[in-house]
Amino acid sequence: MSFELSREHEDFRKSVREFAAAEIAPRAARWDKEHTFPVETVRQMGELGLFGLTAPEEYGGAGDYGDFTSLCVAIEEIGRVDQSMGITLEAAVGLGINPILTFGTAEQREKWLPDLVAGTALAGFGLTEPGAGSDAAATKTRAQLVGDEWVINGSKQFITNSGSEITSLVTVTARTGEREGGKAEVSTIIVPAGTPGFVVENAYDKLGWRASDTHPLSLTDVHVPADHLLGERGRGYGQFLATLDDGRVAIAALAVGCIQACLEMSVQYAGERTTFNVPIGAKQGVAFQIADLQVMAEAARGLTYKAAALKDAGRPRAEFKQAAAVAKLYSTEAAVTATRIATQVFGGYGFMEEYPVARFYRDAKVLEIGEGTSEVQRILIARSLGLPVE
Amino acid sequence: MKIVVCAKYVPDATGDRKFNADNTVDRVGVDGVLSELDEYAVEEALQIRDATDGEVVVVTVGPEVARAAVLKSLQMGADSGVHVLDEAIHGSDSAATSLILARAVERQRPDLVLCGMASTDGGMSVVPAMLAERLGLPQVTFASEVVVEDTTVRIRRDGDAATEVIEATTPLILSVTDQCNEPRYPSFKGIMAAKKKPVETLTLGDLGIAADQVGLDAAWTRVDGFTERLPKSAGTVVTDDNGSGADQLVSFLVSQKFV
Ligand SMILES: Cc1cc2nc3c(=O)[nH]c(=O)nc-3n(C[C@H](O)[C@H](O)[C@H](O)COP(=O)(O)OP(=O)(O)OC[C@H]3O[C@@H](n4cnc5c(N)ncnc54)[C@H](O)[C@@H]3O)c2cc1C
Repeated sequence: MSFELSREHEDFRKSVREFAAAEIAPRAARWDKEHTFPVETVRQMGELGLFGLTAPEEYGGAGDYGDFTSLCVAIEEIGRVDQSMGITLEAAVGLGINPILTFGTAEQREKWLPDLVAGTALAGFGLTEPGAGSDAAATKTRAQLVGDEWVINGSKQFITNSGSEITSLVTVTARTGEREGGKAEVSTIIVPAGTPGFVVENAYDKLGWRASDTHPLSLTDVHVPADHLLGERGRGYGQFLATLDDGRVAIAALAVGCIQACLEMSVQYAGERTTFNVPIGAKQGVAFQIADLQVMAEAARGLTYKAAALKDAGRPRAEFKQAAAVAKLYSTEAAVTATRIATQVFGGYGFMEEYPVARFYRDAKVLEIGEGTSEVQRILIARSLGLPVE
Repeated sequence: MKIVVCAKYVPDATGDRKFNADNTVDRVGVDGVLSELDEYAVEEALQIRDATDGEVVVVTVGPEVARAAVLKSLQMGADSGVHVLDEAIHGSDSAATSLILARAVERQRPDLVLCGMASTDGGMSVVPAMLAERLGLPQVTFASEVVVEDTTVRIRRDGDAATEVIEATTPLILSVTDQCNEPRYPSFKGIMAAKKKPVETLTLGDLGIAADQVGLDAAWTRVDGFTERLPKSAGTVVTDDNGSGADQLVSFLVSQKFV
């Protein structure tokens, strides 16, 4: 049994770390402050192949060389300097590329994937609605097949990468009919950016992830060709559950990057800052909290890469699903705790935007919410244990 | 076009540097990297290869750990590597290094030999010229822009007083500066592909070089001693009380000969 990533994954970590240090870290604070979405940086991430780590070579991806573990490494390392660009990558692959790759027809893949994999385009995944978040199946958005077109009406909210200048499409879930027994039939449909009636509303003013692109969407009599249906009709529910399982591990990787950043910043600061004539790291009250950060970083990393390894090994869905929920729950809650500790270590400076700690503090909270809240993860884990939880 | 890049493994400039008891640079006991300035040569070679449908071979001379410089180049996209590894090489100066490189390079019959503008450890900037001399090839150095058309290579050379444009024909030795491109970061695909790329390990014997032609004893130069770098001084804080800040800054820069 090995508890280490391969030498190649570690070399890749180094490569992404150097990239992030040179291209992202120096600008992250400004993007955050100005709520800028850096399209040029997304393109550079594309050149480095970050969007293609799980995509076949024919679409420009890493093909057989790539794996899910390498994607987690990339997200962790980008997230270590900038959570906003980390979530941009996570959502672009996990929510944008993944559904098309997994469920799309050959034509859909050929049409959309090359640009998405190159980082010259982004796709959003529109599941959440004003009345449907944790209860995603409560979707009210409707799509009706009229002739050879879907006509879609409804609205979506909190959709990542849905309104950037390079967004090429959003896949939306919609009710396409009723099943026997009155349950909704949910399907997923590709809506190209710029389709008449598909309106990207103004970006949200968010607590964190401020350089990430998040919008409400409204769809009014949006017509798309019938062949824009993603996969089979009526499979929307299963599709988004599968999409979210993968996404959870990727979010856990983003949380690992956050914890690692807190750890490194705290170790450095605790060695430099002196009070009462000694570095604050000489005080157990400070040092012990930082020791806890190391434990969190290792534990979160272990759970995350275990889940990634299960996916890469093609282990049974149920086993992976539980591991994904466990990794997401622990890592994201640890990340929130880690930012609280790091901010405390920095004292008043931790509250000032001149240090990145404050930004990480704001960014961390949403990790416990997106792609399934902590409560939802606990439900999934409890169910996987056979408990009759609602 | 067949391109050979000479790439050196050097101690990481951001880490600690140490010397061995014989005053040579410790390359084994410290973190090492492909010399940053050689990354530009690798990148330029890859771009020329891709434009000309050629091949890039990376040559490095150094101890076992120096293989990392070859590997990094392969991860960036070079096609194959050559590592000259021999205990007798330890302590070689630039003249000996250029001899070893020359023998290793000529076996490849390259159209173009690319070097960085200097190594980030020795920093002598002489190997490309020595290599040209030994191989009897023309040399064009300090290129900050390279344009290749068939067998013609045109470079821009930025000097303090003037910018020259120099044209030469292959085969040719070329050194490039850190202005000529932005070296790529290895992608995961590149890293995985590098595992399967061939790396040839050669000894001095393979190159027809006798042990006493190289190494510390054959060196034309010798390091007699070294002193630790002085600890960083506190620095000067300029306070702009009454608008005199700018003047103070200027006189500081002038006194330090920065301007
Ligand atoms: C920045 C950001 C980006 C996002 N990006 C996307 C995106 O790209 N695509 C997309 O589709 N969605 C996206 N989301 C939406 C996100 O997935 C939802 O916000 C999340 O799933 C929670 O849904 P909700 O906000 O409706 O909260 P609700 O579901 O209303 O939950 C409110 C609270 O009730 C709790 N709760 C709900 N049900 C239960 C239960 N059964 N048992 C116990 N507790 C429960 C929740 O845990 C939570 O604490 C994004 C959200 C944010 C903030």
